[in-house]
Amino acid sequence: MSYSDKVIDHYNNPRNVGSMDKKDSDVGTGLVGAPECGDVMKLQIKVNPQTNIIEDAKFKTFGCGSAIASSSLATEWVKGKTIDEALAIKNTEIVKELALPPVKIHCSVLAEDAIRAAIGDWKKKQEAAKPVAAQVAQ
Amino acid sequence: MSTKTATPSSQDHGQHANPKGIKLPIYMDNHATTPMDPRVLEEMLPYFMEKFGNSASRNHPFGWAAEEAVELSRERIAKLIGATPKEIIFTSGATESDNLAIKGVAEMYREKGNHIITAVTEHKAVLDTCKHLEKFGFRVTYLPVQKDGLVDLDDLKRAMDDKTILVTIMAANNEIGVLQPIAEIGKMCHERGVIFHTDAVQAIGKVPVDVNKMNIDVASITGHKLYGPKGAGALYVRRKNPRVQIVPLIDGGGHERGMRSGTLNVPGIAGLGKACAIAQEEMPQEAIRMAGMRDRLKNSIMSRLDEVYVNGSMEHHLPGNLNISFAYVEGESLLMGINDIAVSSGSACTSATLEPSYVLKALGTGDDLAHSSIRFGIGRFNTEAEIDYVADRVVETVLRLRELSPLYEMAKEGVDLKSVKWAAEAH
Repeated sequence: MSYSDKVIDHYNNPRNVGSMDKKDSDVGTGLVGAPECGDVMKLQIKVNPQTNIIEDAKFKTFGCGSAIASSSLATEWVKGKTIDEALAIKNTEIVKELALPPVKIHCSVLAEDAIRAAIGDWKKKQEAAKPVAAQVAQ
Repeated sequence: MSTKTATPSSQDHGQHANPKGIKLPIYMDNHATTPMDPRVLEEMLPYFMEKFGNSASRNHPFGWAAEEAVELSRERIAKLIGATPKEIIFTSGATESDNLAIKGVAEMYREKGNHIITAVTEHKAVLDTCKHLEKFGFRVTYLPVQKDGLVDLDDLKRAMDDKTILVTIMAANNEIGVLQPIAEIGKMCHERGVIFHTDAVQAIGKVPVDVNKMNIDVASITGHKLYGPKGAGALYVRRKNPRVQIVPLIDGGGHERGMRSGTLNVPGIAGLGKACAIAQEEMPQEAIRMAGMRDRLKNSIMSRLDEVYVNGSMEHHLPGNLNISFAYVEGESLLMGINDIAVSSGSACTSATLEPSYVLKALGTGDDLAHSSIRFGIGRFNTEAEIDYVADRVVETVLRLRELSPLYEMAKEGVDLKSVKWAAEAH
């Protein structure tokens, strides 16, 4: 199988590799996929609670080159976006950008899932923190 | 020795010299196919133009010259496996040989019984042929294998019944290089009057195979796994003690004593014979050299990386094979990182079916480790310098990919990956 230049570029120079503190209330963590399926993506976002803008994103991926490229691209795209803008990213856009062949479409689906899971985790943390914040205000 | 001969592919594939003087890309996938030995090509060349005759033409020197080449090849193949020339039938390769052996025996002995025994780690040419026969009333037992890839002889004994007509178990596995206890299996078959076929394509020319000592009745052989040409194969069919008969797949002019009609591929056959003659001559030293390089590769990788697992028994093993799983790293991404080296992976991503290797799964290797496996197939034309280069490239790439792997990070944090509830993938 031959890879597109963009997949090769992300594979050779993955953007935003790393991890953030899972316990930080501004950080949302998405962990999707399964080792038995050959793909696991961890995508993390750091959100500014005032603006809802994703200020930083990190990823680590176990998977093929297309999975690595899809998650690397996802971190690039979510950075600087608001939560709602990030939720609007579609896997088909990732497929198009990386020129993924049909057998690799599931990699882009997983990347979209990872974005949603990270945002979901962050939202959960915000809601859990709310009553506490309210109490403090009283 | 043959190492002094230039690798035939050295001028092709856009290869370029790297600073160490190694030609890239390096071919280390010799279970898929082998480069042809230049001595084999030399043997074949006259039979394309000057000696183009049909070996079945009995009345003129063109035919005689072709026939002479065919008979010389038959002798050379027979000699390598301890058979007689009349027991060698030429075919187009391993898949045809496996089909001819299994379907040919099944049809011939149908009156006697309808039960066939094979193993789950066989090549698809055997498994799919058996599956085909199931549609026609044959009963097939697919023996499991043990953790080391070997068939349990007690399982085989229990599987045999009075309807068993054929046992087909490979000599050496194409993925994990494990050598099955062929001699013991052959003995058990002969004691019960059951025909024993072995797909020996990965073993012949690499390790000693003797049809009499091992009680083999039918054996598949192919040229391109032992530095011969593609499209040239053979089937050994025993002629006495017992005499085995097979029904042909291809009917026609009655070539090959009626077992395989069709004008013979004379250049291919000449090449196959020469490849066997070279193997006969050089196998003892070559096997030692292959095993030495294999161990060098294994030790070099395993001394520098943790959580690397060898797949299959190392005790009963082809000299040139090494199949290892690199935990927390997916096989296809590893192949992408070592793209100047040609090897194979058991990862689902590298297969058409998107399923990880069924051979590794049969060993009880978890799907996660099957996805992380790489098969190195070391061959006649590989050098120690190449082994060292490959080991270095593999180690640096695995280290890089582990830094990228969430599984490695979790394992290092002490998370038991087996206890994690993974979100199912949406595809």
